[in-house]
This record gives sequence, C-alpha cells and structure tokens, in this order.
Amino acid sequence: MQAAETARTPLFDGPEWTFELMEKARDAIEQIALEDLGLDVYPNQIEIISAEQMLDAYSCVGLPLMYQHWSFGKHFARDEALYRTGRQGLAYEIVINSNPCISYNMEENTMAMQTLVMAHAAFGHNHFFKNNYLFQQWTDAAGIHDYLAFAKNYIAACEQRYGLSAVEEVLDAAHALQSQGVFRYGRPPKPTSEELVAMQKVREGYESSQSVLDIWTDSTLGRDKLEQPEDASFSARRKQMNLPQENLLYFLEKHSPKLEPWQCEILRIVRMLAQYLYPQKQTKVMNEGCATFVHYYIINKLYEQGQITEGAFMEMLHSHTNVVMQPEYDDPRYSGINPYALGFAMMQDIRRICQNPTDEDREWFPDFAGNPDWRGVLRDAWANYRDESFIQQFLSPNLIRKFKLFTLTNDADLPNLVVSQIHNRAGYKAIRRDLAKQYDLAYLEPDIQVTDADLRGDRELKLTHTVRDGIHLDEEEQEEVLKHLRRLWGYGVRLDAVETASEH
Amino acid sequence: MHHFIDRRANPKGKSLGNRQRFLRRARENIKERVDQSVRGKSIQSGSGVPDGGEKVTIPSRGLKEPRFFHSSKGGLRRHVLPGNKDFVVGDTIKRPQGGAGQGGRKASEEGDGEDEFSFTLTQEEYLEILFEGLELPDLVEKATVETETIGTRRAGLTTAGTPNNLNLVRTMRNSLGRRIALQRPTTKSQRDLEEQIAELEALDDRTPPQEDFLEALRKKLDGIIRKRKVVGYIDPLDLRYDTFVPEKIRNSRAVVFCLMDVSGSMQEREKDLAKRFFLLLHLFLERCYEHTELVFVRHTHHAQEVDEETFFYARETGGTIVSTALEKMKEIIEERYPPDEWNIYGAQASDGENFGNDSVRCKKLLLNDLLPVSQFYAYVEIVDEAAEMLLNNPEAGEDLWQNYREVKAQAQHFEMQRVSQPGHIYPIFREFFLPKVKGAQYAGS
Repeated sequence: MQAAETARTPLFDGPEWTFELMEKARDAIEQIALEDLGLDVYPNQIEIISAEQMLDAYSCVGLPLMYQHWSFGKHFARDEALYRTGRQGLAYEIVINSNPCISYNMEENTMAMQTLVMAHAAFGHNHFFKNNYLFQQWTDAAGIHDYLAFAKNYIAACEQRYGLSAVEEVLDAAHALQSQGVFRYGRPPKPTSEELVAMQKVREGYESSQSVLDIWTDSTLGRDKLEQPEDASFSARRKQMNLPQENLLYFLEKHSPKLEPWQCEILRIVRMLAQYLYPQKQTKVMNEGCATFVHYYIINKLYEQGQITEGAFMEMLHSHTNVVMQPEYDDPRYSGINPYALGFAMMQDIRRICQNPTDEDREWFPDFAGNPDWRGVLRDAWANYRDESFIQQFLSPNLIRKFKLFTLTNDADLPNLVVSQIHNRAGYKAIRRDLAKQYDLAYLEPDIQVTDADLRGDRELKLTHTVRDGIHLDEEEQEEVLKHLRRLWGYGVRLDAVETASEH
Repeated sequence: MHHFIDRRANPKGKSLGNRQRFLRRARENIKERVDQSVRGKSIQSGSGVPDGGEKVTIPSRGLKEPRFFHSSKGGLRRHVLPGNKDFVVGDTIKRPQGGAGQGGRKASEEGDGEDEFSFTLTQEEYLEILFEGLELPDLVEKATVETETIGTRRAGLTTAGTPNNLNLVRTMRNSLGRRIALQRPTTKSQRDLEEQIAELEALDDRTPPQEDFLEALRKKLDGIIRKRKVVGYIDPLDLRYDTFVPEKIRNSRAVVFCLMDVSGSMQEREKDLAKRFFLLLHLFLERCYEHTELVFVRHTHHAQEVDEETFFYARETGGTIVSTALEKMKEIIEERYPPDEWNIYGAQASDGENFGNDSVRCKKLLLNDLLPVSQFYAYVEIVDEAAEMLLNNPEAGEDLWQNYREVKAQAQHFEMQRVSQPGHIYPIFREFFLPKVKGAQYAGS
C-alpha cells in the first residue's frame, strides 16, 4: 500500500458514533464494496443493540425471533455469568442470513469499530449469504423471519393447549436429534399422496402462518408413489418410506406411529431451523474469511482515499490483527485452527496468486495463477465452494509453509502419536486433504441412518451407524439420545454400528 | 436500500420466558441448593438478603442436552495442526494423558467438564424459591393479614371549604383569568393617571385646554377606581379549595419482635441458631409487606430494647425472667405500634430456662395481651444437641415449655418448636408456615 495522503476530509474524527456518521461511513463503504469489489448484497438493515440484547441474541443461536425453550435460558445464564465475570467478551456484531440482511452492532463500539463492523458484516457476510450456493439452495433468506414468527407462535400455542411439559418433551427430543435432522445431499424425497393429505390436514389451521419454507420443501419433494399395502416386504418398505433415510427428524415426522400432528409439526420446525443453519456450519472458514477479507480491503481503501484518520485506521488494524491471530499448536491459547485466520489468509493468498504468481503457484493453480481479475476469482470461490471443497481446491503450498501445518496421526492401535506429514513437497497434498476433511461435516458428524421399520411387524426402528476409521459414538450420550428417540417413536429403537473398511 | 434501526430502547427481558422455563426445569436442583445455602450461610446482618442475587451451582445432570457425537477415544484420526517447529515425518509423540483425543474437537463442546452449572439467581427468584409453598399462617382465616386504617386522600377541588384548605395556585389562576377577561385596570394605570393629574394640579395657572384635559383625566380616574372596585382583585368566584375524602387504607406495615434470652446459659451456638430463625422470619415477612421493622428485645432478669449488634453480640449476665421480655414487648406495642396500623409478629428464642413460677405469668401475658394483637407468634426452644429425648418428645420439658404448650392449645397462631442445630431451623420454619397447618385447622374446625 502506498503512503497514504493525510486524511483530507475524514468521514469521522473521534470515537463517538452517531447515526449521521454511520450513514456517511456506510455510503463510503458501499461505494467500495459494490463498485470496486463488485459485491452483490441484500439490502442492509443495521440495528444498534445493547449488551443485554446481544446476550439475548447469543442464547437463541443468533436469530432475532425464537420459540421458547429452557435450553436457551440455560445458555443465556451461562453466557451472562461468563460476561459479567469478564471471562468472555461479546461479539462486535451478529449478522443474520435474511433478506433484508439484518446485522446487529453493539452500542459500545467506537465509530471506528462500527465502520469495521459494517464492512465486515453488512457487506462481507451479506455478500456471502446472498451468493454462496449452499445458502441459495438450502435457505430462504426472504422467508426466514416469517417462518420464525410462525414457529414461535405455533409453539406458544401448543404450550397453551397441551401444556409446557408436553411441548418441552417433544422439543428436548427434537433438539437431541437436530444434527440428524438435515438433508445433507440432494433433495428431500417427495411425500406419498397419503402424507400429502395428512400434511394438508395438519396445516389447515395454520394457513395464515405463511411458512414459505414449508411450501418450498414440500414442492421439491421427489417421487410420488402409491404404496402397495399387501406387499409388506422389506424392499417395499424401503421404497415406501424412502429408506435408508439420513434425516431422522424427517422420518419420525412422516412415519412415527405415535406422534400427534402437532408433535410432528414441532419436529418439522426444529428440522427446518437445523436445515437453515446447516450451510453456516459448513462454511465457517469461508464465511468469516470472506467477511474479513472484505473489511480488510475496504478499510485499506478508505485509508488510501483519506476517508478515515490514521488513528481510526490503527484501531481497526489492531482489532483485525487480533481476529486473524493463529496461535501455534503448543501455545496455551491454541484451540484449533482459527477460521478467521485460515479463511483470511487463503483469500489474501488467492489475490497474491493472481497478482504475483510464483512458478510453484502456476504449477498448482494453472486455472487462475496470473489471472488479472482476482476479484472475479474470489467471487467465484465465494459462490461455489464450502469449507471442505474450498480448502481442497485453494490451499496453496505457500500457505501450508506459512502456517507450518503438519498432520498428526492418532491410531488407537499404536502406542504413540505419529507425525505423518509435514510442510514439505511430499506432504502438501496429504495435508491439504487431511485439513479439508477436518471441515467436512459429513465426516465430522456421525453417519446415522434409518434402515428399517416394520410398522406391520414388531415396529422396531432400526438405525445404522456407519463407523468410519473405527470411531464409535459416545456411549453415554448415545443412550440419552436413544431414550429421546424412543419417546418419539413409541416403540423399540435399535442402533447398530456397522464398521466400514478403512479407506486408507 | 438500507436503514439503521436503534433497538436499544426495545423492551428488555426478551429471554425471560426462556429463563422461567430453565428455572422450572432445574427447580428441584435449585431448590436443594438454595435451602443448603440458607442453612450453611453465616448471616452478617439482620437482613442478610443476597442483594445482588445469589450464585448457585447445580449439577448439570438434568440439564444435559444429549447429542449423537463421536467418542473421543479409539479409532484412527488425523489432526492437522499449525506451527510445526522441528518435527519430521515419522516422529512419534507420547499420547497425552487423560483421553486420546489430542485435538479433542468432537468431545469438547458438550461432553466432559460440565458436571456443574453455575449461574446467578436474582434476589427475587432466590426468595421465591426459598419460600416456595409457604404462606402467612392465618391468611385465609382472617381474609387479610393487612389491617385497615382510615386515612384521607385528595379528591380534587371544590368551590367551598375552610380557609386552611384554600388552594392558592388554582385560586390565583382563576383570579388572573377573570381580571384579564373583564379588563380590570391595573394598579399601574391608576398610578400613572394619578401622577398626570397631580402634575397638572401642581401648575399655578392652567390654560383652558389644560383644565379640560384635567377634568377628563379626573373622570377617567373615577372610572378606573370604580371599575377596580367592581372587578375585585380576588372574587369569591375565584376561590378553590382542596378537598379530602376519608378512605380505608390497607395497612401493609409489619413489625417483627425478636425476643431472646441472653443470660449466661445462651452461648454462641444458641444465639446463632436464634439468629437464623429471626433472619428467616424477617426475610419472609419482608416479601409479604411493603414495610417491615425489626425490634430487638433481649432479656435476662430484666428486659431491654437494643440494637441488632448488641442483641446478638453483647454479653449480659443475670438470672432469667422471661416475662420481662413479654412485658417490654407489650410496652413497646402500646407506645409505638398500634395494632390497627401494624401487623405484629413475635418470635422468641430461649433455652427453655425460666425463673420459678414466672412461666405462668408468661402464659397469661401471651394469652391476654400479646396474642390478641399479634398475627403470629413463634417460640423456638434451643436445646442441646445431645438432648434427643426432648427433641423427640414434645410432651417432655420444663416449666416454660409446659406452659407454652397450654398457650398453643388455646391459640392457633402460636407455634412452638425445638431445635438443636442449624439444619433444623429451615425445616421448622417451613413447618410453621406451611399451608398444611391451616388445612389441619380447617379439618378440625
């Protein structure tokens, strides 16, 4: 960056923020974001909130409206205790994948921080939400608020009607299965006509609740098959109930012999929200990387253009540096790889590869090394990848060296841990593959599927856990979850572990 | 298109519903801890209320949110870590102790290390849980424990009343309005005119036009004077009086008499037990009444009203005559706490010793003078931890105990109990105030 001219007419001077100043700063940021970086964002709705409201938002997984459940109260109590005793700070902002894109800014932020936060959330995250394929495919940004309102009202109504305890029981059980309540691949199957009628009935009373997500899922359901009741063979059941089924909540909602319609609707709400949040779990590195890259670029531009003072710039850089710090593995502060650090470094690296490629880069990234349009390359990456594929595709040897990454193999059969790869030519590909795997939710989360349930026989729900690399489920928790599952299914539930041959 | 929204003024307590559900869920555990915290607490002052709330730690057993997740042990895992210093491929590292999961990514969030869950209850929630299920003893019987007195309340303005109720502001406002409307000449205009006239009169020789002018001025002055007389400065029409109407006022004041024997036989332990009981009673009543006061009466062979510090910590020697304390209480009630304005609660602690046949006198005082004006009277006898015989057998006991038993037979709002250790205090307190006592009365009546 060339020596910046001294700020001619800075947007603001001094730490206090006002709405007028924020308006000015936002306009300046928008100009760079849209015209220079070519971002494409939802309209922004920037809300200023207090610390207590931030804690509120924390407890409800960051959503502005949420149904009521004791676990949110528990999280609030814990976060509040941590915050009050100073053991945990609060985020500067929270941003919601919705249209308009809502971002919450803390009132305690200085004007410089508000500027940074706007660049980060209202443009960085916002662009990512709007353009990434996972969010486009799996979430409905325009409908989420209506759906949340529907969910909140529906559950409140159920509490009135069936009692707090009855609703709590269903919600507890549904929460326990939340990670198994998403469709990971492809589209959810189409319901049978019988199910369509049942769904219709359930929802008749709630027509007004305009749950767009409902309509969307239902309309994208796959095959529509009439069952053959006489033929109760295993294969017929498999066809009829779309087995094997990875989405346990979906399966229970459709096939549980015990659940009342309102209980099914609650399961549906929980899995809808799990599905809505699922893309965020898969794009932590990219999402934060994108937002951090955008804010870093924008504050540098603002400074170059003399729109912010040196003091403000320093304050922003200070905060930026803290955010992207990556402690090494033997540092007491180390707690895994910092998604901000990795994402930001990778995106900066992509820009570097476009602008100043080395021979190594040309060899590894022939597609875009030296491509003059680095903005286009980045936008394409933001739009079409998730963490796992992004790392697999874009992690460069240069970065592996910079982070000094190494792979530690922990094989329970061996007495010691073994360093299996280090940052050398022989190790780059393996490290890249191993790191990508660390971000693959399909690998991180247990693969549990419904494999059979004979409703005309013993009605036992058979689940299969496909064990990879000899990693089993945590026994204690597994029992607890199965208890919940039995409650929802009403009959026996069996979970079998099936080992697969290790792929290595 | 964009906009900014200031949410800071939004109503607070958005997550209140969640908190209530959480407390409800953890109720059993919290209750246990709160009871414990009261029993084990060293009480600093008479109102040892945890002002900023009370921190409780509950086992997280019932608060687990189980999930399916991978065990942290076993299997083949690969961890990519940053910051390699001098490792080369093939180096081995000893497995860290305490679980194989070096990265521990999968188990860290929900699993280990969360057996206890700490958070802060507000004072309100704390007391609510502490006194859950307790009621004022004779709430139903007397319909209300709050006595009523007649007071007065302002009830607007009237046009008639006594001068001491004259509302000056409103009266003067009316007067001003009327004077402006009726164009009452001001004092200044009259004075100006008079000066002009005096000026003219002072001239020795006046020209005819001046004479005419003077005449006109005089006429005008007459008019002004007349008008000022007709349109008075304050007219009876302007007068406004405050009115007061008599009203029944619910009396929500309570006074708690803490009576304690401080003779030599009462040691630290006994005093501490008594103190816990007084504290609970005070805390409980504080929740029920807008205003509570404490009166401390200590006695040996004579009784004194003292401050809290002296009450609990000062030493005194002498014999033991319980009735002196009751006399003192009666005296103080007569002096300062008329029973129609105050809800009176008595709490007496003693080790059960009394002089000669003084106990009969105590009985009479209680039955004739004190119990009729009190809402509730509790007697706590502090006995030796070894004296199990006494604890288990309410019929056994010394003079004072026996006489009080007779009192109890006649008065339903009198309660008595023996304690020997801090753990007893809270249960007997609960026993005193549990609604079942009342239920039994009903069943009996």
